[in-house]
Amino acid sequence: MDTSTPSAGPLRTLGLAGRSVTPLAVTFVITLIAYTLLQRAHADYPSIVLTVAGINIIMAVSLNVVNGFTGQFSLGHAGFMAIGAYTAAKIMLGLHHSQIVGLSPFISDQIFFFFALVCGMVTAAVAGLLVGMPSLRLRGDYLAIVTLGFNEIIRVIIENTPFLGQATGLSGLPRITTLVWVYMGVVATVMAARRLAESTHGRALLAIREDEVAAEAMGVDTTGYKVRAFVIASAFAGLAGGLLVHQIQLCTPRSFTFIRSIEVVAMVVLGGMGSVTGSILAALILSVGVEILRSVQEFRMVVYSLLLIVLMLTRPAGIFGTRELWDLLPRPFGRRRASPAGGTP
Amino acid sequence: MRFVRLVALAAVTVVAASCQSKQEAPPAPAAAPAAAAPAESPAPAAAPASDKILIGHVASMTGEQATFGSSTDNGIKLALDEANKAGGINGKQLEVKTLDDQGKPEEAATAATRLITQDHVAVLLGEVASSRSLAMAPIADSNQVPMISPTSTNPRVTKDGDKTRPYVFRVCFIDPFQGTVMAKFAFETKKIKNVAIFRDIGNDYSVGLANFFAAKFKELGGKIVTDESYKAGDQDFKSQLTSIKNKHPQAIYVPGYYTDVALIARQARELGIKVPLMGGDGWDSSKLYEIAQGALDGSYFSNHYTDEDPSPVIQGFVAKYKAAYGSVPDALAVLGYDAANVAIDAMKRAKDLTGPSIRDAIEQTKGFKGVSGEITLDADHNAVKSAVVLGIEKNAAHYATTINP
Amino acid sequence: MTEFLQHIVNGVSVGTIYALIALGYTMVYGVLKLINFAHGDVYMVGAFCGFYLSNALGADKDPSLTKALVVFVLSMIICGVLGVVIERFAYRPLRQRQRLTALITAIGVSLLLEYGFQLPSIKALGFPFPPGPTPRFFPQPFTTIEFDLSGVHLSNYDVVSFLLAVGLMLMLQYIVYRTRFGTSMRAVSFDSQIAGLMGINVNRVISGTFFLGSSLAAAAAILYAGSRPKIDPLMGLMLGVKAFVAAVFGGIGNVPGAMVGGLALGLAEEFVSGYTVSSYRDGIAFALLIVVLLVRPAGLFGTFRPEKV
Repeated sequence: MDTSTPSAGPLRTLGLAGRSVTPLAVTFVITLIAYTLLQRAHADYPSIVLTVAGINIIMAVSLNVVNGFTGQFSLGHAGFMAIGAYTAAKIMLGLHHSQIVGLSPFISDQIFFFFALVCGMVTAAVAGLLVGMPSLRLRGDYLAIVTLGFNEIIRVIIENTPFLGQATGLSGLPRITTLVWVYMGVVATVMAARRLAESTHGRALLAIREDEVAAEAMGVDTTGYKVRAFVIASAFAGLAGGLLVHQIQLCTPRSFTFIRSIEVVAMVVLGGMGSVTGSILAALILSVGVEILRSVQEFRMVVYSLLLIVLMLTRPAGIFGTRELWDLLPRPFGRRRASPAGGTP
Repeated sequence: MRFVRLVALAAVTVVAASCQSKQEAPPAPAAAPAAAAPAESPAPAAAPASDKILIGHVASMTGEQATFGSSTDNGIKLALDEANKAGGINGKQLEVKTLDDQGKPEEAATAATRLITQDHVAVLLGEVASSRSLAMAPIADSNQVPMISPTSTNPRVTKDGDKTRPYVFRVCFIDPFQGTVMAKFAFETKKIKNVAIFRDIGNDYSVGLANFFAAKFKELGGKIVTDESYKAGDQDFKSQLTSIKNKHPQAIYVPGYYTDVALIARQARELGIKVPLMGGDGWDSSKLYEIAQGALDGSYFSNHYTDEDPSPVIQGFVAKYKAAYGSVPDALAVLGYDAANVAIDAMKRAKDLTGPSIRDAIEQTKGFKGVSGEITLDADHNAVKSAVVLGIEKNAAHYATTINP
Repeated sequence: MTEFLQHIVNGVSVGTIYALIALGYTMVYGVLKLINFAHGDVYMVGAFCGFYLSNALGADKDPSLTKALVVFVLSMIICGVLGVVIERFAYRPLRQRQRLTALITAIGVSLLLEYGFQLPSIKALGFPFPPGPTPRFFPQPFTTIEFDLSGVHLSNYDVVSFLLAVGLMLMLQYIVYRTRFGTSMRAVSFDSQIAGLMGINVNRVISGTFFLGSSLAAAAAILYAGSRPKIDPLMGLMLGVKAFVAAVFGGIGNVPGAMVGGLALGLAEEFVSGYTVSSYRDGIAFALLIVVLLVRPAGLFGTFRPEKV
C-alpha cells in the first residue's frame, strides 16, 4: 500500500514500476562506466576498496532498519550475512559447470549469480523469521545478547557441518562480484529502506521506536512489525554476504564473527540511528578509513571503540541523527513527508 | 499480479530446462570463470623499473599465533640480508614489505591485493596458515604474481579441485604426508594401536591433519577410540579429556597450535592421563614449553626441521639466526628463510623479472639445498621432503627419527 | 562412576568461576538496569594485574603464601578501582539517557579494553604493557599437589579456589543482606529515584556496587589463571558472555540466583560436552540462554516485574 505523498515533477509521470526501475537502470549505467574505467587503469586496489565499502553500506543500511527505524538492538547481523553467503556460495559452486543453452558462459554466470543472490536473501530472511519470532518479544538489552547468541550459534553450527566446509570453509568460488553488482545492491537496499520508512510499515516502526507501550495501546501489532523489519533487514544482510564471498572467493565462518556485527553497529551508530544517509556515509567513512589506516592497523579496533564511547557521550544521535539527505533536496527528487516524531535518543 | 507471477514462473522454468554443462572455454591464465569476463585483463603486473626488487610478505604479526608470523618474517629478512650482501640480483637490492593480516583470511586477501597492485611486488611470500593462503592464492593467480607459502600444509592451497594453481607454490610438505608420518610413527615405531583424536574444530589445518592421520592410522590397522574437539582459545578442556580418559587410548593425537596444546597437556596430566600426546608442526614454538612446563615430556610431534641436526647447513643457519635475533630458530623461521631463498634463486635464473618468467623458474626448482632439506617442487608445486619426528624430554624438543616420503 | 564424579568436580570448578563473574553482572544490572559488557574484560584485566604483580614480586621464581595473598588482594583492589573509574566516566553521564546509549558505550569500553591490551608494548615502561595479543604464562602462586580419590583427580588448586569462591560469595551475601550498604544497594535496585529521595547517596552506592563486582571478577581471574595458566587479552570475551547467561538463568538482579546459575551452567557444559558431542560446547550457553528467555525470562529466582507505564 503506497501511501507516500507523490511528488510533483517529472518522476511522477513514470508510475510505480518506472520509479523503481529508473534508479537501478541509472546506477547500472554509471557503475558500468566507472567499472570499465577502473579496469582499464588497472586500478585493482581502489576497485576492491569501493566494493568492500559498498558491501558495508548494504549491511549498515539494512541494520538501520532494525536498530534505527525500529529502535531494537540487534547484535547478530553478521549471522544472517553468513547464511546468505553460504547459500549463494553453495549454489554457485553447484552451478559452476553448467551454463544456459544459447547464452554465452559469461551472461549465464551473471544470471546464475542473480539467482544465487536471491536464494541467499530468501534463506537469510527465513533465518531472520526464525530468530526474530521468539526474540523480539524481549526488551532491548536482552535482545542484544540473544542476537549475539544466535550469531555465535550459527557460527558453531557451520563449524560443525562438513557439508558447509566446517572451519576450512568453501573455497574456489568464482570471482563474480563486481562494482556493478555491489552498487546495484546498494541502490536496491537504499530504495527498500526509504520506501519502508515512508510507508505505513515505516510509521508503525517509528511508533514502536518512540514508545512501544503506547504503540501497542494504539493497536499497532508491535511484535509483528518488529519481526517484519527484522526479516527485511536479514534478507539484505544475506545479499551482502553473497556479494562478499564472491569477492574474496572464500567463504569461512571466520568472516562472520560478532566482531563484524559490532563493526556494522558502529557504522549505524556513527551515522545516526534512523538515518539512511547517515548509515551510507558512516559506512563509507569507516571502510575507507580502515584502508587508509592500514599502516597502523593494530589501532583500528581501539579507534572504533573510542569512537563508540566518545560518540555516545557527546553526540548519541550520530552524524545525521534521524535526518535524511533527501529531505534537504528540492522537490522533484525529494519527497516531502511529515517529519516523524524523531527525537534524539 | 497473477500475470507477473506466471511470467516469472515461466522464465524460471525455461532457464532451468536450458541449463547444460559449461562448454570448456579455452583456459586463460586468468582466474575462473575463464570465459569472456571483461574483468580480468591478463596484463601481468609490470616489473618495477627501479633499482630495488620488492618482495611482499603477508603474515599474522598480531593475533593469537603472532610468533608464527614474526618467526617467518625474521627468516625472510635474514635471507634477504645475505642476498643483498652478496650483491643482490643483477646488482639490484632486495627489500621486503610485510603486511599484517591479523589472522583473518579476508585481511590476507586485501593485503595480498595491496602488495601486488600498489607496491608491485615481484614475488609474494605467505601465508603460514592454510586458511589465509587459500584466500591469497586466487589473487596471485589472477594477477600472475608467483606466491610461495613457507608452511601452509593443506593440499588445497596449491590445488584448485583437480587443477594445480599456476602461480602458487610451497616449500613444505603437505598434510596428507604429515598425517601419515605420525600415523606410521605411532603404529610402527611406538607400537600404539589405540589413539584418541582431539582436534581444533575451528582450525582447518587441525581438522585436515586429523582426518589424514585417522585415515592412515586406520589403514595401518590401528583404532581411533574417540574423536573429540575443542575451540582455539578455550581454557578448560577437562570435560573432553575426562571423556577421552575413559576410553583408555594409548596416545592422544592433538594436531593443534601450540597455544592450546600446552594447556591441554597440563590438564591431561592433572586428570591423571599418563599416555603420550602427539601432534604436528603447529606445536613448534618456544612458548609451548613455557606454558607446558614438563607436561609434554614423553610426547612427540612432526616437524620440518630440528636444530639438533648436526649437518653444517643447519648448524650454520642456527648460528646466523642466533647472532641476528638472539634465539634458536623454529621451523617457521627456517621455512621463511628457505622460501625467500627459493624465490631469490628463481629470480636469478629467470629470463626477466616479470611474473610468468619468475614462475617458470620457480617451477624448475630441483634439488635446491635449503636449510630444511633438499627442495624439489613436484607437479603440484609442493616440496617433496622428509619430516622429522621430535620427542620432548625435560621440557625441550629432541630429535627422534626421520620419516621419508 | 568415576567419570561421572570427575565431571562433577570439573563442572563445579568451572562453575564457581562463572558464579563469581555472574555476581558482578547481576549486581550492576540490579542497580543500573545495564548489562555491563565490559565486565568480562575487567576479569581479563584482573588476570593481567595478577600477572604483572606476580612477576614484580618474583613469585614465579620463589612462590610463597604471603606473596600469593598480596597479589590476590592487590589485584582485587586495582580492578575494583577500574570498575569505579569506568562507571564514573562512561556510564554516569548517560544515566538519564536511553538504555541503548549506555549499552553501546558498554560495548565500546569492552572493545577498548580488549584491543587496547593487544597493542604493542610501550618500550619506555620497562615492563611489557600493553601485553600484546600473544598469550602469556601466568606464574603459579603455589606448587600443584594432585589428589587421587579413587580415580577422581583433584588438585589443591581446585580445593583452594572452591573454598575461596564460596567464602567470597558468603561475604557478599553478608554485605548485601546484613549491612547498611547492602540495604541501600537493594533499595537503589528497587527504585533509584525514591531511594535518592530517602536520603541514600545513589552515586556512592552505584560506585560501591561496581567496586564489589569488579573485585570479585579479579578474584575469579586469579583463581582461574592459577590452575589454567594461559592468559591473553581476549580471554574475558566468551567467559563474560557465559557468566551473563548464568546470571540471567539464575534471575538477573538476584544474588543467590547468580551463584546457582553459575554452578548450573558449569555443570551443564561439562556434562553435555563430556557425554555428547564436545564441539557444541560454546553453543550450550547460548542455547540455554534462549530457552530461559523464552520459557521463564525472570530466571530461576527472579521475580517478574511488570512494566508500569
